[in-house]
Amino acid sequence: MTLREQLREKISAAFYRHGLLCASYPVPIILFTSASILTCCYPLLRLPLPGTGPVEFTTGLRDYSVPFHEPQGDFGERPDWYRGPPVAYIQQVLVKAAVSPWDNSLVPVDVFRSPLGRVFNLLEEIRNHVHSDSSGIRSLESLCLQVTDLFPGLRRMQSVLPEHGCLLVSPGNYWQNQRELFDSDPDPFKTIQKHEPKGLHTSATLRDLLFGVPVKYSGVSHYNRKRVVTYTITVVLSSYDARFLGSLRARLKQLHPSANCTLRDDHMVHVHFKEEIGIAELIPLVTTYIILFAYIYFSTRKIDMVKSKWGLALAAVVTVLSSLLMSVGLCTLFGLTPTLNGGEIFPYLVVVIGLENVLVLTKSVVSTPVDLEVKLRIAQGLSNESWSIMKNMATELCIILIGYFTLVPAIQEFCLFAVVGLVSDFFLQMFFFTTVLSIDIRRMELADLNRRLPAEAGMPPPKPGPLRTREVPPPPRPSPHTITLQTPAFRNLRLPKRLRVVYFLARTRLAQRIIMAGTVIWIGILVYTDPAGIRTYLAAQVSEQSPLGDPGGGGLPPHLGVAPVFRGGDPTSTLSIHRAPDPTPLPENQSQGHHDPPRAGPIPQSPPAVPQITWGEEDEEGWRRLSFRHWPSLFSYYNITLAKRYISILPVIPITVHLTPQEAIDARHPQDTRHPQPPIPKISADLQTDLTLYKVAALGLAAGVLLVLLLFCLYRVLCPRNYGQNGVPHGRRRRGDLPCDDYGYSPPVSEISPLLLRGHSMDIECLASDGMLLASCCLAGQIRVWDAQTGDCLTVIPNHGLRRSSSSGCWDHRDGWDSMTGAQESECLSPERDISFNGDGLTEDELYPPPSHLSTAPRAGFDFGGLVERAYMEHEPPSPSAYASPSSASSSPPSGAQLQRSPSLGEAATPLIQERSPMGGTQAAGDWESSVWAMELRGNLIAAGRSSGKLELWDAVEGSLRCSNEDGVSGITALAFLNNRIVAARLNGSLDFFTVEINKPLGLLQYRGPPGRSSMPQSPCYSSEDVISCQLTRSVQCAHQKPITVLRAAAGRVVTGSQDHTVRVYRLEDSCCLFTLQGHSGGITAIYIDQTMVLASGGQDGAICLWDVLTGSRVSHVYGHCGDVTSLVCTTSCVISSGLDDLICIWDRSTGIKLYSIQQEVGCGASLGVISESLLVTGGQGCVSFWDLNFGDLLQTVYLGQSSDGQGVRQLLVLDNAAIVCDFGSELSLVYVPSVLEKLD
Amino acid sequence: MSLTLTAMSGRAVTGDQQQWSRSGEMQHSRGPYISVITNRTTNLLIRGAMLFSVGVFLALVLNLLQVQRNITLFPPDVITSIFSSAWWVPLCCGTAAAMIGLLYPCIDSRLGEPHKFKREWSSVMRCVAVFVGINHASAKVDFANNVQLSLTLAALSIGLWWTFDRSRSGFGLGICIAFLGTLVTQLLVYNGVFQYTSPDFLYIRSWLPCIFFAGVITMGNIGRQLALRCKPSAFSQ
Repeated sequence: MTLREQLREKISAAFYRHGLLCASYPVPIILFTSASILTCCYPLLRLPLPGTGPVEFTTGLRDYSVPFHEPQGDFGERPDWYRGPPVAYIQQVLVKAAVSPWDNSLVPVDVFRSPLGRVFNLLEEIRNHVHSDSSGIRSLESLCLQVTDLFPGLRRMQSVLPEHGCLLVSPGNYWQNQRELFDSDPDPFKTIQKHEPKGLHTSATLRDLLFGVPVKYSGVSHYNRKRVVTYTITVVLSSYDARFLGSLRARLKQLHPSANCTLRDDHMVHVHFKEEIGIAELIPLVTTYIILFAYIYFSTRKIDMVKSKWGLALAAVVTVLSSLLMSVGLCTLFGLTPTLNGGEIFPYLVVVIGLENVLVLTKSVVSTPVDLEVKLRIAQGLSNESWSIMKNMATELCIILIGYFTLVPAIQEFCLFAVVGLVSDFFLQMFFFTTVLSIDIRRMELADLNRRLPAEAGMPPPKPGPLRTREVPPPPRPSPHTITLQTPAFRNLRLPKRLRVVYFLARTRLAQRIIMAGTVIWIGILVYTDPAGIRTYLAAQVSEQSPLGDPGGGGLPPHLGVAPVFRGGDPTSTLSIHRAPDPTPLPENQSQGHHDPPRAGPIPQSPPAVPQITWGEEDEEGWRRLSFRHWPSLFSYYNITLAKRYISILPVIPITVHLTPQEAIDARHPQDTRHPQPPIPKISADLQTDLTLYKVAALGLAAGVLLVLLLFCLYRVLCPRNYGQNGVPHGRRRRGDLPCDDYGYSPPVSEISPLLLRGHSMDIECLASDGMLLASCCLAGQIRVWDAQTGDCLTVIPNHGLRRSSSSGCWDHRDGWDSMTGAQESECLSPERDISFNGDGLTEDELYPPPSHLSTAPRAGFDFGGLVERAYMEHEPPSPSAYASPSSASSSPPSGAQLQRSPSLGEAATPLIQERSPMGGTQAAGDWESSVWAMELRGNLIAAGRSSGKLELWDAVEGSLRCSNEDGVSGITALAFLNNRIVAARLNGSLDFFTVEINKPLGLLQYRGPPGRSSMPQSPCYSSEDVISCQLTRSVQCAHQKPITVLRAAAGRVVTGSQDHTVRVYRLEDSCCLFTLQGHSGGITAIYIDQTMVLASGGQDGAICLWDVLTGSRVSHVYGHCGDVTSLVCTTSCVISSGLDDLICIWDRSTGIKLYSIQQEVGCGASLGVISESLLVTGGQGCVSFWDLNFGDLLQTVYLGQSSDGQGVRQLLVLDNAAIVCDFGSELSLVYVPSVLEKLD
Repeated sequence: MSLTLTAMSGRAVTGDQQQWSRSGEMQHSRGPYISVITNRTTNLLIRGAMLFSVGVFLALVLNLLQVQRNITLFPPDVITSIFSSAWWVPLCCGTAAAMIGLLYPCIDSRLGEPHKFKREWSSVMRCVAVFVGINHASAKVDFANNVQLSLTLAALSIGLWWTFDRSRSGFGLGICIAFLGTLVTQLLVYNGVFQYTSPDFLYIRSWLPCIFFAGVITMGNIGRQLALRCKPSAFSQ
């Protein structure tokens, strides 16, 4: 064990040093690695390219003998496939024919009609050729490859290809080798074209097969400017007889001499064809590759928490691929030529080598503390994983070694490759990937400049990390700035698959791109297949304008560089034969007269008038210009496969045929002259071509524009929601605001810092805001008004009520006048008492003693509110019934007690903490003075509902009580303040509607104005001089059977939810009950209604109902929580609910389908707020979290205090200026959402 | 470290179970859509369908490999069809795959030992790739004799289990199903439904049990992963 420990220690230290090295010198190391990759891959250049292309081998013709089956001796460079007889010998007779001299009386059809007609003579000659010598008489019939039957399924070729007998292919096959059919064919060109496939064709077409030369070299077209027709007669022989072929060659040459044609005829080319991969064999291969890509995808998807995910994924793939290449290269270097099919074993090699190490490295590095220096992070990450990496590599090597001893050659070779691949992969991981990772991490560090800490140079090398299995990520690092999410399954699954697919499609615009790519390919195919004949024009044009002249039979030859040399330097190799000076004596069946030299030759004025038949190098092996599938497809028509076999191609027999114009005219079909002259005069041809080009370009442009427009419309139609904007938050999310995850990586702390509003001595009970002002009420009954912008405390309204001192047990009363006059003692008795008065109403300062000595608070001011209240109190003693709530009637306090003073407010506070219970079961004992249970703020009026059932209206700025209503006796559990109406829900289930009326003051009457004094409300806004009255307009006694728990008002509706499982909707104006909504099976706990009349309710049964407020019908009814629904918020597209089960669910508002859910920590998530359409804020334990609603990702967590001691955020308000207010124990916290996040909407 | 993770996942699992029991109670009162989504039967059906399609696909592809090498012979008229094997082969394989893939997580939960080894899709993909590789080797690599081939494949299959599964229940189930599958194949060949070109183990090829075993391990892996993915999704949806 100690040895093992030592080993681990050593390995870890070595990896640490290596990590330091890599991170310190990234660029040199990457250069070094690239150089070594290239070096190792260099031997690959010598390997033949994979593919199914044929392989050639050339032998001399003279001493040719059929190779033996068994390899005997060393034949030097003889390839191993060159054994046994070939499938066939191919003898091509290459015919070049021209009508010469060209006469202006000739029509274009003449260019190829009579030359093609010559093929029948030649065919007859070849067929009838007989060679007789001592060994007997041989004819073509005995030598040629006898075919029996066409491949079934080629019936349409039946009329063209020979069905049985000798395989002899020539253009004459178009006319069944019958001269009469040809002569009677009115349009031979059409006959040829008739057999052409319509669409895209890449392999050999019938025309190629029959002509034996590529289409563009054949010269059979109406626009043949060369006026030379080239075709071949292909004879397929099954056995080789040199003497017969020699005599045939001599005979043909004698008949049609190609004077000065010096094509080499002493070489025989053997062409070996590889196995063609069919669809059936391709399917498993493709499947393997698909699995491979899935593997790579799923692996690289796990790379996270880095600057550039794609970059690292690319680096990982590059690492694996180049290690494979290196392994092949190294094996080649040491003489191990791969015999395995590389394409087949490649996926398995990748799977064996794997991407795991790379991912483990990445995870390990990103999980190191972010505040370390980059190279230290790299080094630590490396050394943490060193042991597992080494162990895994050793295991894999062992497995491969076992595989090596299976002694199966294929497996041994595979294992060998795998071993080399593994080692080189390890090398690349250590040098290449680590360095790339360090660069990436460094970039990320630079991105977070605010996060920079001084480099801890003196960091001791970390102890080797604990042994971890590869799958287990490092532990989350406890940090005050992180919150931990639940298991990754929750995070990954927050969006349904279909939405992910849609998002993916929309984000990458996949459909559009595919369509565009398809269009490009389509256009390419169009250009390729050339339906309009543009390419023919162009080819003709180019060949005519070519400065190199016309070396070929109608087009550009492949040997462009060679041709001029031969033309200029060696006139014997290529020679134009139009001046054949001394014609050889011709046999009797030479049907054409050789023309007159003086007439044909020197006509320099009109060069095209004399077609020049030239023989060049390229004619020697004209079959090379054919598709390499030419021969396999020809043989496959007769069900003969060439796979893994070879054919021998004999040297061509060149034949030159000259025809006189007279012969051409004689050969004409009667209809030929009636064909219109091809309307392309020479001069306008260029113009025509240009015009066509322009037309095509213009059409293409128009089509492109149209396509773009179409795609745009499609995009608009298909993606009506602006998915495209999701890219912004997505990118944002990726770059900066990374959520903390299981790996303990925490995003850097941002600039969001909450503003703490301190002042309340006890926990905050109610919170209300109207955007500008913020009112809060604590358990002590004190109301404070804050400026929502700056967080300044504007007003303090102390509790005027009675407090019972727990120590003395007697009733104390805090009287304003007393506290004014006896300020000193109250100050010393309760130093922490909140007597920071607002100085707004200093107009009447002179009436009262100066208050500056009263308070130690910096914003000391004069409490007008207190004065007003006290004046009011004196003039209007409260009725005893106001304090007697029905449930606490037994111990109602004596009314006179309120005139007592409180000697010790500070210690009186603690025992008075009462849990506000909406159920109202154990609410305040009667001896406890009424506390504020509900509060609302509108304009600058604070409506406070007290447990005593009293409704008070306070001036928020001045802190003065404007009016009060004590009509109700049951405690007000909820308040709604809308326009000039106040709705109060009471504990006994009744609902009271109040009207706030404002009238202009008359003198000083405001101090003694009785409540309920009616006058006309002038306007919703009122000044401090206005007299405000609050009148009970209607009281619905039994609105609910049980206590009302929730009350919301918006859009002229008041919605109440109660313990009795029902929701009621009232109209605000006439307080008439519109609907009673039933559907919940538990008490209503949350209601949401907004200006758009959407109504959502959540109950204790965990159900959420969406209602139509206009009809009272239930729109949808969903279950998502296993406890109470604690909070509900809607945006225009979704509904967000939180429950007692600490789950936040996001539902689609229109369909009621749950989009995703967020599992939160225990004990938080009761409060919700929506800042914008895509930004959700939730309260947690001592923190608030911002979530991206589109993706369900945590954007940021803001901690309210340094100590996260479990003070949950229970209430949370979103203000208009994108700030949020939440309670935090006895403090209020004002969090400004940073500008970064504001851009989201 | 791993302990915390275990605890976390354990908590998630127990939470799941509670959730399940709860949702079972609430089934009657839920809306139609939600109940469809969270319905255990539907969930099972979806998983079964996915496994079935995977099995059919793999059967087609792997059979193609065998047919190419003329290892299995089907009646000639069937070969000309596009699937190149009898219609019942993919169906049987798909059904077996679905059953195995559902059986594995079920047994895991019965035994109360949730499978936690390498629970990620990349590992599953690796497993599938190795399985295809084993098939490839059995079809395309020329071995000296059949014993060697069978031993190599057996070693590869055990290696597959060790690399991707490592659970005793998986091993046992694999052995059982491989045995059953071999038996069934023997019977099929005995009754002349199809035949092998060169049988060396009664009527079949001796490597067939290894292939069966590897296939069972692979499908079990996929099934477990699907169950893992489906459960939280049903929970959260």
